[in-house]
Parts: sequence; C-alpha cells; structure tokens
Amino acid sequence: MKTDILLCGVGGQGVLSMAAIIGRAAIAEDHFAKQSEVHGMAQRGGGVQAHLRLSDRPIASDLIPLGGAHLILSMEPLEGLRHLHHLAPEGVLITAAEPVLNIADYPALDELHARIRRMPGAVLIEAGRLAADAGDPQALNTVMVGAASHRLPMAMASLERAVREMFSAKGEAVVATNLTAFHAGRAAAEAAGLVGAR
Amino acid sequence: MPHRILLGDEAVALGAIHAGITSAYAYPGTPSTEILEFLLDHHRRHGHPHAAWSANEKTAYEEALGAVFAGRRALVSMKHVGLNVAADAFVNSALLGLHAGLVLAVADDPGMHSSQNEQDSRFYADFARVPCLEPADQQEAYDMTREAFDRSETFGLPVMVRLVTRLAHSRTDVTLGEPRGENPVAKSPDRAAWILLPANARRRWASLLERHRDFVAWSESCRWNHLTLDMSRRELGVITCGIARNYYAENLDDLGWVPSHLHLGAYPIPVALVRRLAEHCERILVLEDGQPLVERELRGLLPGERLISGRMSGELPATGELTPDNVRAALGIAPRSSHPFDPGTLPARPPQLCQGCPHGHAFHALQQALAGEGTHMVTSDIGCYTLGALPPWNAIESCVCMGASIGMAKGAAEAGFRPVVAVIGDSTFLHSGMPALLDAAAADTPMTLLILDNEATAMTGGQDPLVPSSRLYEIVLGLGVKPAHLHVVDAHPRQVDANAAILKRELRHAGLSVVIAVRECKEAARRRNRARAREHAAGARAPAVALASAPAEDALPAILDEIATGTSPAAGDCACGRVSRFLPDPYERPRDEEGAAR
Repeated sequence: MKTDILLCGVGGQGVLSMAAIIGRAAIAEDHFAKQSEVHGMAQRGGGVQAHLRLSDRPIASDLIPLGGAHLILSMEPLEGLRHLHHLAPEGVLITAAEPVLNIADYPALDELHARIRRMPGAVLIEAGRLAADAGDPQALNTVMVGAASHRLPMAMASLERAVREMFSAKGEAVVATNLTAFHAGRAAAEAAGLVGAR
Repeated sequence: MPHRILLGDEAVALGAIHAGITSAYAYPGTPSTEILEFLLDHHRRHGHPHAAWSANEKTAYEEALGAVFAGRRALVSMKHVGLNVAADAFVNSALLGLHAGLVLAVADDPGMHSSQNEQDSRFYADFARVPCLEPADQQEAYDMTREAFDRSETFGLPVMVRLVTRLAHSRTDVTLGEPRGENPVAKSPDRAAWILLPANARRRWASLLERHRDFVAWSESCRWNHLTLDMSRRELGVITCGIARNYYAENLDDLGWVPSHLHLGAYPIPVALVRRLAEHCERILVLEDGQPLVERELRGLLPGERLISGRMSGELPATGELTPDNVRAALGIAPRSSHPFDPGTLPARPPQLCQGCPHGHAFHALQQALAGEGTHMVTSDIGCYTLGALPPWNAIESCVCMGASIGMAKGAAEAGFRPVVAVIGDSTFLHSGMPALLDAAAADTPMTLLILDNEATAMTGGQDPLVPSSRLYEIVLGLGVKPAHLHVVDAHPRQVDANAAILKRELRHAGLSVVIAVRECKEAARRRNRARAREHAAGARAPAVALASAPAEDALPAILDEIATGTSPAAGDCACGRVSRFLPDPYERPRDEEGAAR
C-alpha cells in the first residue's frame, strides 16, 4: 500500500514542518518514506510544495506523478487549488481556509471558498482560527496534520508521538498547544465529513 | 548497520565525513548549500572535519586542492553555475597527480528552480577528462561519495559527484557504513605532478588521455553501471542515467513489460555495455536529467540505422527537468487521469522580497534618486535583491552571473551611457565583485555602485558573510575608491529621502562612487535571535557580544552618517560602532526542521 501526499502553501508558512511531522510518524512505523522539498528562491513568499511518499515497499521516484497524489494538504486555499493536476481522480484536497494575501490579484475569498466547496473530495478547515484557539496561530500546520490524520496510514498514537517529538525542545506548553491543535484539526475534518477511509 | 534520514546533499556530506576527509569548502548555492551546512553542523558537534564557506567556488576549490597537496582528503561543493567560476581550478587540477582524494560535489538544477541556467556538469567532467559518479538516490549519494574518494586516490585525479535538485533536496533513509580515518599529513612527493609548466603539463595531459582507457575499463566493470538484457524482445532498450532510473521504475508497471536496460551511474560512458545493448535493440531510449550527454555520444558511437530517442529527437522535452510524467510519455504510456475538477484561473504567486526587507527600502531610495534623471541603467546581480526585477519594484535591469553588475556598469559607462548604477549584495560583492570594482576604481569610471549589505547570504538561507559586514568600507576603500565618494548609509525606511539625496548627488559625479546601504536581513536576524535565545535557554556561555551592547536601532543612522562623512573616530576603523551589532561567528545555527530545510 502506498500513500502519496502533496503538501503546499506559501514560503515561510511552515510547509516543511508539516511534512516533517507526518514523515516522522511514518518512519517510526517503519514505512518507506521519501520527501522531496523545495528550497531556495521559491521560499521567498512564493508558492512552495513538498512531495511526501509513504509505502510498504521501496519507493522509486522522489516526485509524485501527475494524477498520483492521494491527498493534497494545503496551508492556504489558493495554493491548494494550484496542484489539482497532481491529485488522483478519487483524491482528497484538505486546505486551510485562511488566505496569505501577498499578491495584488488574489481572488475574492468568498468566491474562492465557494469554488473549493464545489470540488468533490475537498475539505476546508479554518485552521488559522483553530490554531489561535489552541493558543498559537503558528500551530496552523499541526492543525492541518490533525485534519489529514483520517487519511494517513499511521496510528493516532504514532502521529501524537511525532507531534510531541517535533516540539519537545520548545517545552511542555508548546507540546500541549500543538496536541490541542492536532486534535482540533482532526475533529474539524471529521465534522466536515472526512472520516477514516484508510 | 546504523541508519539516518538524510537529504541527498546531506548524504554526500556524511559520505565524505565517513570517507575520512580532513577539510571541506564551498560557496552556498541552491541546490548544493546543505552539503556544507551539514558539515558545519557536524564540525560544531564533533570538532572535525574542518568545514568553511569560501569567498567563491574557485577559492573553495583551491583550498581543497591545498588540503590534497598536504596529503589529506578534501571535499569541495558548489552549484552547477559555481563550477563556471571554479572551472579554471577544476580543469587544470585534472592534470595534477593527486596523492589524496579530492571530490567535487556539484548540484545541478535542471528546470532552473533557483538558477539562471540548467547547464549539465557531466559535460565539465567529460571536458576535463575526469570520472564522474551520478547517484540515483540518497543511498547512492552516500556510497558513491565514499567510493569517489577511493577512485580519486587510485586514479590520482579529482572525481566529480553530480547531483540534481530532486535528489539534493529529497530525504529518505540511508544505511551508513564504517567510518574511515583521515590521511596523515604528507606533502606530495612528486613535484612535477603539481607544477604545470608547459613541459610538465604536456606530459601530464598526454598521460591523462592515455589513462582514459583505464577509466572506461573501470566504468565498464564497476557496480554503478549495469546492463540487463531481455533476449526475447528487441524493439526497445532503455538507458537511464542517475535519477532517471527512478522515474523509469515508477512507470514500469504500466508499461507492462521490462525492456533491456542499461543504467549509468558512473562515467566515462561504458562503451562496451552501450554496444552490447545496441546489438540487441532496434531502438534505444535515453533518459537523462539535464542536457543530452549520453544521447549525443551515442549518435556518434553507433551505426546510422540504429534509432536513438531522447531529448534530441523530441521524445523528451529539450529543456526542463525529467519527471515521472515526461518519462512516462517517452515510454509511450498514456497519461494517468487527474482529478477532474477545474479550479478556474489562479493568479501566480512568484517569490518576492519579504515584508519590510531592507532591500526594498534601498530600492525606494534608488528609484527616488533616479527620478528625473532621464534614461538610466541599473545593472544588477544574483541574490534576493534580484527579486527587485519584479513588480512592484521593477528596479533592476540585469542579472547574468555573480559579480557581473559592476563590470557591466563600467563597460556601459565607458561606452557612453549615463547615468549607470550597479546594484550588488554584500556576499556577491565579496564573491566576485571586488576585481571588477578594482577595474572601475583604477579607471575612475563614471558610475555608481550600490552595495546592499544585509549581513547575510540571504537567498541560500542566511549564511554569515565571510568577513564582518563592517569591514566592507575598508575593503572598498582599499580597492582605491575615493573616500569623498564612498558612503555608508542605513537602509531604514526613515532614511529613504536622505539616502536618495546622497545617491542623486553621486549619480551626477563624473567619476566612480560607492554607496553601501546597510541593514541586517530580517530572516537572518530572526534566526540569529532565536539561536541566541536557545543558547541562552540552554545555559550556554553567552556569545562574545551580548545583545544589550548593540546600539539601539534609532541610534544607528547617526553613527553611520559619522562614518560616511568621516567625522566619526570610527570611520575607516574596524572598531567602529557598527561592529558590535554584527555578532562574531560562533553562534549555534538553528538545526530544527525549518532551519535544515532552507
């Protein structure tokens, strides 16, 4: 079995940290994993993406083929729509609802949200709000991992442990905030109709 | 056997450490930067091997060469266009007789994710007549780097390890081997092998060409090149090079059969293996990332009736990187279907300067100074400030190669254009802007140089500048720029008008002028502060200069003006007030996931 995840957002949002939590949990469960990242110029406020491939067999390509992603996990709604050619026909898009407004021609947000709601298999998560409620707006990426957890091939305990390990150096309070954010994301995705298909 | 999750770049670095290197040198450049970042971090933790950023790729190569001259193994790493800068050292070093391993790790950027071209470094290895190893995955990046040092010593030659972006910046599990110790210090016993006077060089060049046969024999028998023949089907044979093997494997299930296959991970091209594949197959499809090196050689190697497909024949696009998808198309497999939803029109989100970036304030001042000056020319260079070419700035008009802004401005001014401004960053200036400024100072060329000093190599992750930023003034002065036309200003938003006035005055000066606009990169400052906080929290000894001793932000312009006008006792003296703001080197660079990911 394999799970191909395209993670995206805007440079500086923490897309790679989001990938790192999932990758850590996967490796702890002895999945094969490959994570292809974007470094350099695009990280200066441009759109960034990472390809995370998990499998029970060795993985050949570092890149997910077009139409191959089971899941697009986006920290930003516009960026979430940008990579649909990578998404499998039955794939799922989970995206944060809050925009990063650093371009002049950003679409009207209501219209953009409406577009995403029309998409079969799309789930909008108010991740920024949930992160703030959990105590730290920076925890947006952890909220998104929680939302994705329904579609990840790892046990909840492994994901929780990965969150704990990722933030343990920053103290128990930050760990607690991120665990709250993780569960808030998971509950929000469930409320939006995304439940354990895998 | 121990395992470790590593980026392709990091696998090269750890392979070099385990191969027993004594030294590593580099200049940062995407996608190669993380090689030396890893080595610097390793040095901080373990005290060896020596690892350092150099002024540019050429000096990095020469420093590595010096380590080898002293009998010890050395790694030098750079991005593909960096090898143009180091080419003089690299090509000539192939004529030397090395008695210790020298490995050049070069990371190419097919697709130009973060580069101004997509040149293929394998051509350089071929041109210099040195062996090249091209890993397909992170495990091979580790293993091949180790082997590259051994081959370098058996052949007495530098060996290239060539990466591409998608391997350099992808991470997975790597199995590690037993580390080897370092070589003892021992100067080369063979003088003639290191003095390329024509008499020696002629002999060594002839010997290099003669030994090429040995390299081919190695490449034909080494474990990195393997041929699998399917005697039952002849219509197609596939050659994969490096990472192309992964994209090929990704599509094999859908191809429905397994063609005869030659994988290349080591060069020179193993002629005998290629010939055996060609004897069995009516058509050969060559899959290689970058430019068609193997495909081109094949067209010269094989009889005309053999069909060769690849980038030159159009089965693969002539430009851009390989992907699982264009390889799929080249194999004649129909594309997979994607999600049917039409997302509508989406505005692009190009990279841009960070909010509040000091470069933006400097561009404001420059544009204000140029207003009303009629037609003008602004040459520029490579770094974050290249983003000043895009809206809303539209502030610069050229980006060619490291340091070009200054030489181009000189050439344009001498061709009769006025006014001409060159815009360059501090790190790029130190990399290769200095010789061009020497030219301009010697001629007192009527042009203005604006050095954007953000105290970091920001685009590649905020590496510390090679010399403290406060010394730029002295360096520029030392190159012969007249003090009356050399200004250090603060790139603060409140200083835009004052800075514009200085620039405007200098634009009208009939000789060379230099304005150094100083303000620390916000990202670098954030990282440095975080690192210091972490150090503080860990109870580590405070860094040499405490934050509290730095002058308040608002006090800076006064100091800078004093320096600029020469009224400060600090002017021309490296103990000036600015120094305390620029922390000396040893601080803990963040190695959290985000930091590691730049």
